[in-house]
Amino acid sequence: MTRYLLSRFWQSLVLLLLVSVIGFLVLNLMPGGPLSQYTRTPGMTREMLDRIAEQMGLNRPLPVQYADWAWNLVQGDWGKSYRDGRPVLTIIGDHLFATLLLMGVSTFFAMIIGAWMGIRSAVRQGSLFDHSATVIAMVGFSVPTFWLGLIAIFIFSLWLGWLPAGNMYTVGDGSVRDIAVHLILPAATLALVSVATWSQYMRTATLDVISQDFVRTARAKGLTERRVLMKHIVGNAVVPMITLAGMQLPTLLGGALVTETVFTWPGMGRLFLDSLGYQDYPVIMGLLMFSAMLVLAGNLLADLAIAFIDPRIRLD
Amino acid sequence: MSDATLDTLAAPVPWWRSRTMQRFVGNRLAMLGLVLITALTLACFVGPWFLPFDEFYIDLRARFAPPMTGAHIFGTDPLGRDLAARLFHAGQVSLLVGFAAMLMSTVLGTVVGVVAGYRGGWLGAVLMRIVDAFLSFPSIFLLLVLAALVRPSPLMITIIIAVTSWMEVARLVEAETRTLRDQEFVMAARMLGLPAARIMFRELLPNVVGVVIVAATLTVARAILLEAYISYLGYGIQQPLPSWGNMLNSAQQYLADAPWLAVVPGVAITLAVTAFNFIGNGLRDALDVRSDMVGA
Repeated sequence: MTRYLLSRFWQSLVLLLLVSVIGFLVLNLMPGGPLSQYTRTPGMTREMLDRIAEQMGLNRPLPVQYADWAWNLVQGDWGKSYRDGRPVLTIIGDHLFATLLLMGVSTFFAMIIGAWMGIRSAVRQGSLFDHSATVIAMVGFSVPTFWLGLIAIFIFSLWLGWLPAGNMYTVGDGSVRDIAVHLILPAATLALVSVATWSQYMRTATLDVISQDFVRTARAKGLTERRVLMKHIVGNAVVPMITLAGMQLPTLLGGALVTETVFTWPGMGRLFLDSLGYQDYPVIMGLLMFSAMLVLAGNLLADLAIAFIDPRIRLD
Repeated sequence: MSDATLDTLAAPVPWWRSRTMQRFVGNRLAMLGLVLITALTLACFVGPWFLPFDEFYIDLRARFAPPMTGAHIFGTDPLGRDLAARLFHAGQVSLLVGFAAMLMSTVLGTVVGVVAGYRGGWLGAVLMRIVDAFLSFPSIFLLLVLAALVRPSPLMITIIIAVTSWMEVARLVEAETRTLRDQEFVMAARMLGLPAARIMFRELLPNVVGVVIVAATLTVARAILLEAYISYLGYGIQQPLPSWGNMLNSAQQYLADAPWLAVVPGVAITLAVTAFNFIGNGLRDALDVRSDMVGA
C-alpha cells in the first residue's frame, strides 16, 4: 500500500507543477499581462511603464520569473490584492468557509439522493423508474445552474415568499438557523445538478457489480435480498464512486461559482467574479491556483480513502 | 466498429441499414433529440424571416410587454426589443459558437489523443499529464480568466471555449488508440515502413471515429452551456449582439416584474443542450463506445 500511496503522491506533485506552469503562462502570455492594471491609469507614459516592469522584475527571462513566483507560492506569499492591499491567502481564507459550507451541504444531499436513485434504477433495470430517472438525469445536467437558481428564486422567494432570495444571513442576525434558511435555495440548486451525475454513476457502478459471481454466491448462501444488496452490491459499487467524487470536484467548484453569483453567497466564486471586475490579478491568479490545488488534494484524498477501504489495495 | 466490418464481410449492407444505424434510429430519446435540435435550428435560422420585428429595433413605448402582446409572441425586453427576434438571433450565435468550439476542441483533442496513444513513451506521458493538469482547473474559472484577458469577440469566445474543453476527447481517443496500437493491422503498416503520421491518421484514426463522434456530440452540449455561463456572467458574447447566455444577463434584476425574460432563453438553452446530450448518448449506445463523459 505504501508504494501505491507514494506513487499517487508523486503524480499529484507533478500535476501541481504543471498546473502552476499553466497558471503562470496564462497570466503572462496574454495581452496586457501583469502590467494591464497600470496601462489604464490616466497620464501613464511608456517610460513609467518600463520602470514599473523593471521594478516588478518583468524584464527577466520567463523561467526565472516563474521560479521566483513559484518559490513565493510555496512560502505562502501569494501576493497582495490590488484592491485593498491585503495578502491574497488571507482574503481567500475569509471566503473559504462559505464555499465549503455550500459545497459540503449540497454534496451530502446530492450523494444520498443520487445513490438511492442509482441503486434503485440498477436493481430495477428497464423499469419505469429506471427510464424516468435516466431522462431526468440527462435533463438535469443539461440545465444551466444559474438559470435553475433564477427559477428557484422566482418561485420560492418572489412568488411564494418562503425563502430569502440571496445573501448568507440577515444583517444583524447571523444565527445558525438564519444561515440554514439562507442556505436552502443555493444548496438545493447546486445539488439538483449533481444529483443527476451521481445517480447515473451509481447506476453504472451498481450494474457492473450486480452480475458478478460473488453476488450469485451470496444469494446461493441464502442471504436475504436486502443483505445481498446492502453489503455485497452497494459495498463494492461505492469504491468507484469515491474516485468519481474526486473527479467531480472541478465541476462542483465551477457550479459553486455560478450559484454563489446568483444568490450573492459570499464565497470564493463571488470573490473571483468581483476580482475579475476590478482586474485584481493577484487574487484572480490566487483563486485559480487555489481551486486547482483543492481539486488535486481532493483527488489525492479520494485515492487515500480507497486505499483504506479496498482490501485489494490495502493488503497489497 | 467491429460490427460494421462484419456487416461488410457478410454482405454489402449500405450504412443506413447497418446494425449501428438501426440501433440509433431505435433509440427514442436520440430521435427526440434529433427532432428537437432540427426544430430549434430551423426556428433560429428561418424563424426571423417570419417575424415583423428586427432584433435590434428599440421601441420604448413597448417596454416589458408580456408574452402574446400583439405581435410580440414572447413579449419584449427592458428596451422594448422583440424577445422572439432576439431569441432566434441569439440562437444563431449560441449554436454557431457551440458548433465551432466543438470542431476546434475535437480536432485538438483527437490529434493529442492519437499522438499520445500511438507514440506512448515519454511523449505520451507528458501529453496526458498536460491533459490531467488542464482538467484540474474548474473549467469556468479558467474560461473566465481567459475571457477577461482577451477582447470578447465571438471568435475569441469560441477559441477559449475550445481551449478549455478538448481534454475529455483527448483522454477517450488516447485510451482507444492505445488498445489498437498493438493490433495486426498497425504492425503490418509499420512493417511496410509507412511513416508514423500516415499510420496514425490514415490507419488508426478511422478506427477511433466512433469515440470521436460521441465525444464531439457531447462537446457541443458542453460548449453551448459554457457559452451561456460566461455570457450570463458578462464575460462572453457582448450586447447588442444577442446570445442565449447574455439575454439572461439582466433577467435577474427584472425577475419580479418580467419573469419571461428569464424563462424563455433558459428553456431554449436547456432544450438545445438536452437534445445534444440525448443524441450523444444514443450514438454511444449505437456505436457501442464506452465513455464516462457527461454534459458539463
